[in-house]
Amino acid sequence: MRIEIKFGGLGGQGIITMGFIFANAAAIYDGKECVFTQDYSAEARGGASTSEVIISDEKIDYPHVTKADYLVVMSQSAYRDYIDKLRNNGVLIIDSDMVKIEEEEKRKVYGIPATKIAENLGNTIVANIVMLGFFTGITKMLKKESVMNAIRDRVPKKFWDLNEKAFNRGYSHAMHME
Amino acid sequence: MKSGYYFWSGDIAAAEGAIAAGCRFYAGYPITPSSEIAERMALRLPQIGGKFIQMEDEIGSIAAIIGASWTGERAMTATSGPGISLMNENIGLAIMMEAPIVVVNAMRGDPSTGLPTLIGQGDLMQARYGSHGSYEIIVLYPNSIQETFDLMMDAFNMAEKYRVPVMYLIDALLAHMFERVYVPPEEEIERKIIRRKVPNKVPSRPFEPDDDLVPPMPLIGQGHKIHATGLTHDERGYPNLTPKAQEKLVRRLNEKIIKHEREIWKVEEYKTEDADKIIVSFGGESRAVRNAVNSARKNGKKVGMLRLITLWPFPHEFIKKYTADFYVAELNYGQMYHKVREYADGNNVKLIAKMGGEIHTPNEILKEIGGV
Amino acid sequence: MSLMEDLRYGVEDLLRTERLPHVWCPGCGIGITLNAFLRAVLRRKIDPNKLVVVSGIGCTGRAAGYVNVDSFHTTHGRAIPFAIGIKFARPELTVVVFSGDGDLFAIGGNHFVNAARRNHSILVIAVNNFTYGMTGGQHGPTTPTGAYTTTTPYGNPDRPFNIPHLAISLGAPYVARWTTYHVNQLQNSIYKALGMKGFRLIEVISQCPTVYGRRNSMRTPLSMMEYFEKNSIVKNDASFEEMELKYNEKIVVGEFRVAKDIPTYEERYDEVIRRAKNAD
Repeated sequence: MRIEIKFGGLGGQGIITMGFIFANAAAIYDGKECVFTQDYSAEARGGASTSEVIISDEKIDYPHVTKADYLVVMSQSAYRDYIDKLRNNGVLIIDSDMVKIEEEEKRKVYGIPATKIAENLGNTIVANIVMLGFFTGITKMLKKESVMNAIRDRVPKKFWDLNEKAFNRGYSHAMHME
Repeated sequence: MKSGYYFWSGDIAAAEGAIAAGCRFYAGYPITPSSEIAERMALRLPQIGGKFIQMEDEIGSIAAIIGASWTGERAMTATSGPGISLMNENIGLAIMMEAPIVVVNAMRGDPSTGLPTLIGQGDLMQARYGSHGSYEIIVLYPNSIQETFDLMMDAFNMAEKYRVPVMYLIDALLAHMFERVYVPPEEEIERKIIRRKVPNKVPSRPFEPDDDLVPPMPLIGQGHKIHATGLTHDERGYPNLTPKAQEKLVRRLNEKIIKHEREIWKVEEYKTEDADKIIVSFGGESRAVRNAVNSARKNGKKVGMLRLITLWPFPHEFIKKYTADFYVAELNYGQMYHKVREYADGNNVKLIAKMGGEIHTPNEILKEIGGV
Repeated sequence: MSLMEDLRYGVEDLLRTERLPHVWCPGCGIGITLNAFLRAVLRRKIDPNKLVVVSGIGCTGRAAGYVNVDSFHTTHGRAIPFAIGIKFARPELTVVVFSGDGDLFAIGGNHFVNAARRNHSILVIAVNNFTYGMTGGQHGPTTPTGAYTTTTPYGNPDRPFNIPHLAISLGAPYVARWTTYHVNQLQNSIYKALGMKGFRLIEVISQCPTVYGRRNSMRTPLSMMEYFEKNSIVKNDASFEEMELKYNEKIVVGEFRVAKDIPTYEERYDEVIRRAKNAD
């Protein structure tokens, strides 16, 4: 099964990091086939930031998202730019304070005030990690511990606690959705 | 690097692959999308007693690695198309001096400054013919991050074995894309390293070939009193500016590669056995082609992919052996297409071109070969 | 045998005598410079097997072809980065770049500037004959303003490099200039530089009667040497203006900078290796 995920937001929101951590978790800690790419041109356009993750049980050939199974967006502009990339039965995941759904949406939508939660934790810089926890919880694609391990790979030790808290907030928010 | 699984970009894998293959000397100049190779080398080489230097430009970078090569180091530089344009002068020197080096070209959109962060495949002819003169060179091109790591061993081994520069093509897609890479145990890697032939007497004749047309290579500092020059030279290495010396030297420089082309050729034949349509492809682009082949097969179409891993010397026998319609999918206005035509022997050959910036989508490929 | 005779026979061992006669014109100054270099090598008792000579392209660039040590005749302008590759890989070797003014300062100028800045431990012997000799006498980056060459038929409008000053500004720890008339001082200077470390530059003003002298009223080798003799002034603490070379005017020679204990690139990289190995 090939799963295509697209992350989008603004530069500085850690969109690339979010995708990278999830991909690293899939590839190294869950042993899945996985490709991570980031769109450099989007960054160059000013402001926008996006990354893509393909996860599969088989060898991955085409490395880009054609129709996303999951679209994770943390800014209105990313929502506008990429909503057409989401497949008909795909899932939209948003930072509910940052993104307003503009058109009637028949697909599943999950929202979390990730930036606000991060702010309450004392640092908006971990909004992406809150979102990552939420995404992990909603999709259950990967083991929770795998994603936590990948966070530790990426983040300096002195920030592990903060990041773990952020991740868990996001994750339990997802658990409460059900 | 400890044996295990890593999540690496193509740039990191190229650097780590080179280190695994014994590279201990790197000179380079930053350029997108190859800069992360330099960054990785700057971090890693001194940890293992190797040398990294950032030079003033690409011309200096390649000159430095040719110098280092003569001391016996497995030496590498990495750049992108604009940098290769500058390096081509000394690619010729490495050819003429028969200095083993590996030059990575992370291809981006072209020509000129083009699309620095996005894929291009416009440097395929430049890789082969970029420096002036009549010469043969080896050009390899992986299509995954694992292969980017693994194939480095071949690049260095071929460079050392044939005393020739090896151009290692990747592209902006591979350079910045991350995949899982398995690093085998050190002993397993070590066993694969082919060391260069060195002469058994001092002083030697640095350009007197063995039967394989490759001369053993003396190293600096061991009393060989080496003389090497970019001028046409005799077997002692002394300039000999005559048609006779030219004939002997340049013919051998070409033939030493052609003679071994079957050892140098690497291709992937994917579902080509019964194919009536074969798509020739390489590098990042081949990942779209493979996807298209799988879709076509699901619909009962006999489509296959011939993926060139060795681009030069051109693996012509793998074109000649098939009776099928050929398609050449590449991110340029037709380069390898012309080589395929040269050997297609009456078979149809069609170009599937895109000017770069992104690889074809599988659907675009399918449309070009007549739909699924 | 006298010291002079010792040196003479020793020099022959350091030459690929089977390659003689050389390509240089009768009266050329490159041979004088090469002789001074080889004698200095002998006096320094440098193991010839640990000495590497690298040249670029041009008349002086052919020097690498005559020295009986590991020697490399590279591409135009690239002798310095090629030499850096050797020195950085094998710091225990003595690496000398022996090349001409056009090669080192025009096409190779960027390499010269950056190598001096990084303070690679190589000795650069720069033969300055004011012209591109091999290609027939075009003007170069050192041709004095006003001089006549095949590409400055109305006199040279360019301003030449002030080479010693350039090297000093880049921090080169040893900078000297001599002419081919000053054979002993030149040899002593090379001898001294071979005993030092870091980026060392010796500019050697040399005669090219064949394509430069004859267009600038110094038709014979002797007349050029006479010009050097009559117009040279030794002044070690020369100013920028004094170091400048003007058409048919004074030539200020001397040891313009002698600085010891400046860490070389290779030494600084040893520290990088030490830090990298202790990093984790």
